[in-house]
Amino acid sequence: MSSRETVLGKIRASIGVSGADEARKTTVAARLEQTPTGVIPARAQLPAAGQLELFCAMAVQFGATVTRVNDYQAVPAEVSTYLRARNLPSEIRMGADERLANASWSSEKNLEVRHGASDGGDLAGVSHAMAGIAETGTLALLSGPANPTTINFLPEHHIVVLKADDIKGDMESVWAMLRKDMGKGVMPRALNLITGPSRSGDIEQTIILGAHGPRALHIVIVD
Amino acid sequence: MELAAKHFKASAAKALVDVQLQKALGNVEKGFIGKRQKAADALPEFDALRDNARDIKNHVLAHLDLYLEEYERNVIASGGTVHWAETAEDARRIVLDICQKAGARTVTKGKSMITEEIALNDHLSANGIEPVETDLGEYIIQLRGEYPSHIIAPAVHLNKEQVEGDFRRVHTHLPEGRDLSEPVALLGEARDVLRQRYFAADVGITGANFLIAETGTSVIVTNEGNGDLTQTLGKVHVVVASIEKIVPTLEDTSQILRVLARSATGQDMSVYTTFSTGPKRTEDPDGPDQYHVVLLDNGRSAMLGTEYQDMLRCIRCGACMNHCPVYHAVGGHAYGSVYPGPMGAVLTPSLNGIEETGQLPNASTFCGRCEAVCPMRIPLPKMMRHWREREFERNLTPLTARYGLKFWAFFAKRPKLYRLAVSFGVPLLSLFGGSSRRFHSLPFARGWTRHRDLPAPEGRTFLQAWAQREALKQEPGQ
Repeated sequence: MSSRETVLGKIRASIGVSGADEARKTTVAARLEQTPTGVIPARAQLPAAGQLELFCAMAVQFGATVTRVNDYQAVPAEVSTYLRARNLPSEIRMGADERLANASWSSEKNLEVRHGASDGGDLAGVSHAMAGIAETGTLALLSGPANPTTINFLPEHHIVVLKADDIKGDMESVWAMLRKDMGKGVMPRALNLITGPSRSGDIEQTIILGAHGPRALHIVIVD
Repeated sequence: MELAAKHFKASAAKALVDVQLQKALGNVEKGFIGKRQKAADALPEFDALRDNARDIKNHVLAHLDLYLEEYERNVIASGGTVHWAETAEDARRIVLDICQKAGARTVTKGKSMITEEIALNDHLSANGIEPVETDLGEYIIQLRGEYPSHIIAPAVHLNKEQVEGDFRRVHTHLPEGRDLSEPVALLGEARDVLRQRYFAADVGITGANFLIAETGTSVIVTNEGNGDLTQTLGKVHVVVASIEKIVPTLEDTSQILRVLARSATGQDMSVYTTFSTGPKRTEDPDGPDQYHVVLLDNGRSAMLGTEYQDMLRCIRCGACMNHCPVYHAVGGHAYGSVYPGPMGAVLTPSLNGIEETGQLPNASTFCGRCEAVCPMRIPLPKMMRHWREREFERNLTPLTARYGLKFWAFFAKRPKLYRLAVSFGVPLLSLFGGSSRRFHSLPFARGWTRHRDLPAPEGRTFLQAWAQREALKQEPGQ
């Protein structure tokens, strides 16, 4: 008997079932089909403007910085300003996200834009988030050529662009967006929910920002 | 690690007089209790979420076989491989085999209690593969040749001066005169040293906080980002997870996530909650070429359907040990097992048998704080009591305790004799208590009175007080 059959057999023996019970199968299939939501905190069940405001407040509370711009054309200048203000070299790493690609990067003459996955040599990376979650000020980022996962973790400064319309109240709304875009039961290779910059409390329970991931998280909301 | 639970009493006695340890343990209360309370208070739905989290896991455990099959189907559909491991030995063999096939010389590791449970690092090292722990706390204890003393804060038993000493001892390529007096400098140094290790590693090994049946996804919840670098930069990603980590859907995951970080560190969300589904896809510029999941039983299936089943709801947040007065006093290493504190006092006997571990469920005052804060509402004191009963039934309880219980039972089973004895005993003890109404020293109980006084009984016995209360109730007009 394979390990698989042994483990499943032991589980069934302990629960006292056969594994062929139709009623149990129906129960499981129904839960997977209906995906009940359970308890949703009232905190983020607000009109869109309230969700945007809450998202900004929560993101700042958890250590991110937030700025708002009118359109994608204003993003490159905002990125340059961020780098200058922190005395960082005028270089970024970015994926192939169309919304970002269409912005006027050429207007920032001194800004070097490197494309593709990060090799660890980038001080700043720019990504586009799939959604924002107002309840906790959390960003949702998807893997793929548009936004390589390495950019989320290797650069010291992570600048994340987010469309105001993509700010939702809760995680559950993000699951609904994903199912609509990718189909039910289908996930990107990696979905990163990011809430603030990387941190550790492992030495004497003192929280320090900038552990292995970015030391700073800057969110640019496009209205 | 070798199970040393039978030495709990001796280890605890040593821990109580260990000055460094006692200083470090002060950080447990400072670092966790107030933060958890604040986070819980800020969410009016917190207790309703706990109820639902409990119900979700109960539902999963009742249908675990079917959800595991669904999970496996979806991992395979997304291009991953599922390996079933009945025992720790099976899991070690499977992981080593994956590493060897990948030609691995070094592997990086995200923080994972399950790989501690199966002692994976020793097995890889013995076979010529170097495991590198990347979580800051895990990295520190790996340098020291120790094991975690806490399930989410592995190095909580250490002070910064000790960490500085370890870094100076091991990072000999760095200038001797560098300033490492503050935690921020220590973190920066670990970050730089480990950066190089991620890129050099062939395989990245992580645990999982959840396995989602609906999508075949593994989820890790971290703050440092080391788990993500581990699973993104290696050519092969191996997830080692025990079978009870299954949740049905993304929505169910969200319910439990809302209580996990709040209970653990008092955060609303941990910094990184990462959902991984299968290996790198055709168009992906990064991610692992292979994605393996090792599903470990190691005694858990035998807990199903028993009085210890509720323990399988545990999500390893650490709240029980953060709130445990015994843990605060002696720290995690005294328990002599991978899982310390109240959850360990229940789980360790379940996984390793009560013969060697009987002292752990006895290392509790039954104050009930662990159950009061458990996000999954696991009745930990009740289960520790069950283990004490199993221990007694099998004649494993120490002789003094057995005779003490027999002596008490002799009177308890003879109510008249019992009342007679206490009606003499109580006034007598009250008399001996003297004007301070306390005993500073008692025969047969010196261990107790060495550290505190025993209050002398005062007034009437409980039965006398009860009888009077009942009599008052009977009186008309009351």
